[in-house]
Amino acid sequence: MLETKNIDFYYGSFHALKNIAMKIEDHTVTAFIGPSGCGKSTFLRLFNRMNDLIPSMRLTGECLIDGEDIYHKSVDVAKLRKRVGMVFQKPNPFPKTIFENVAYGLRVDGVNDGRFIARRVEESLQSAALWEEVKDKLKKSAFELSGGQQQRLCIARALAIAPSIILMDEPASALDPISTSKIEDLIHILKKDYTIVIVTHNMQQAARVSDKTGFFMLGELIEYDDTKKIFMNPEKEETQNYITGRFG
Amino acid sequence: MKHTEKELITLKEEVSEMWRLVLSQLEKVKQAFLNNDIELAREVASREKRVNSFELKIDSDCENYIALYNPVAIDLRLVLSLIKISITLERIADFADGIAKNIIDRGADPDGDLKEDLQIEIMFDAVIEMLSDSYVALDSENTRLSGKILAKDETVDEIYRNAIKILSDAIRDKKIDAENGLKTMLVMRKIERIGDHCSNIVEEIVFYIDAKVLKHSRNKTSPTLPKEGL
Repeated sequence: MLETKNIDFYYGSFHALKNIAMKIEDHTVTAFIGPSGCGKSTFLRLFNRMNDLIPSMRLTGECLIDGEDIYHKSVDVAKLRKRVGMVFQKPNPFPKTIFENVAYGLRVDGVNDGRFIARRVEESLQSAALWEEVKDKLKKSAFELSGGQQQRLCIARALAIAPSIILMDEPASALDPISTSKIEDLIHILKKDYTIVIVTHNMQQAARVSDKTGFFMLGELIEYDDTKKIFMNPEKEETQNYITGRFG
Repeated sequence: MKHTEKELITLKEEVSEMWRLVLSQLEKVKQAFLNNDIELAREVASREKRVNSFELKIDSDCENYIALYNPVAIDLRLVLSLIKISITLERIADFADGIAKNIIDRGADPDGDLKEDLQIEIMFDAVIEMLSDSYVALDSENTRLSGKILAKDETVDEIYRNAIKILSDAIRDKKIDAENGLKTMLVMRKIERIGDHCSNIVEEIVFYIDAKVLKHSRNKTSPTLPKEGL
């Protein structure tokens, strides 16, 4: 389970997240929505410490995965990122073959067993619903794939290192509707084995794929509830104004 | 105002217009029945098609709104409610049409004293008030009236229950012939059903405004509603 307690986050003097408390159950899909700059991506990136790369960042509060504070000094960030995979807005395959893209994480992790790697690559591509499309061209460059295929390749790459949590930062915003639909179907399938947290600007997508939705505004978590509740009868007026398009 | 809000307002206005037409149908059929005015009854029957057209138009406009604008939350609840309300209004108009046809066929015509005993005018007034109050509730987006409207349905039901005894006694005592008595009962049954449909409309308005589902709930727990017997 993911849990945050009293999270405050600063970029220099900018207070980007304000006292966020949230619990995310295993094997659920949680969507974060909100206007640009509301802090939803910043919050997402807390869970694999991607924000550590920002020099001026400051964090207070607790961010727990299965009860363990991932910001404790004893935590190995590389190991954490093996547990918490990430998929970005724009597909970012490496300039390598399709096979090597998926195998990359395993090789970095020191795995040398070729048969094990081959099996894991196939499993990951199958889990990412890409195997049938690429099984005959594994040695081709990943750049030969379409945008939607590249994004599924990136998902396969994330799956290959066997994470338990997958963070997705607008994973379909650069894709056409058919590729978007494939990614959404994939999220439904992956939920069985992974906990998925997704940031999206597409509210219909949040409604379609997630079990729970968190609405952020100006660094605050305004409302967090079952997705059906949020989209049928939100508690807060700010949420209603945002999802009905009356915001601002 | 956003254009999606303007579209919603247009949808609401369409339903309001249909509502006013159905209210007018009810008022006219009441007058036609009480005064045995066949000409007025014919007018009601002839305007029935306009109500049907409204229903089709609102149905189609609501479908388009959902397809084009993907409404959520209160907007979605409003569109869903408007679809159901327009269907219900059409059914109410069907009952008014049925009563009008009954008048035209000279079916139900109890004499003045019996009409009074049966409280048909009170029954008509009650359902007309239910329909107009629910119009106000939607127009003002206020569910405070809902308790009053639903309580009125109790009155309508009670009049209907009493009518069974009054009419069977009148038939037995030959104050009214059996055919006339049965047809009068059918008219009252239609009015009673109109009351039920008005209650359904109120339930839709509560769903839209308060996001509460009262349908099929014996204990409708909204603070604005009576707690029992709904």
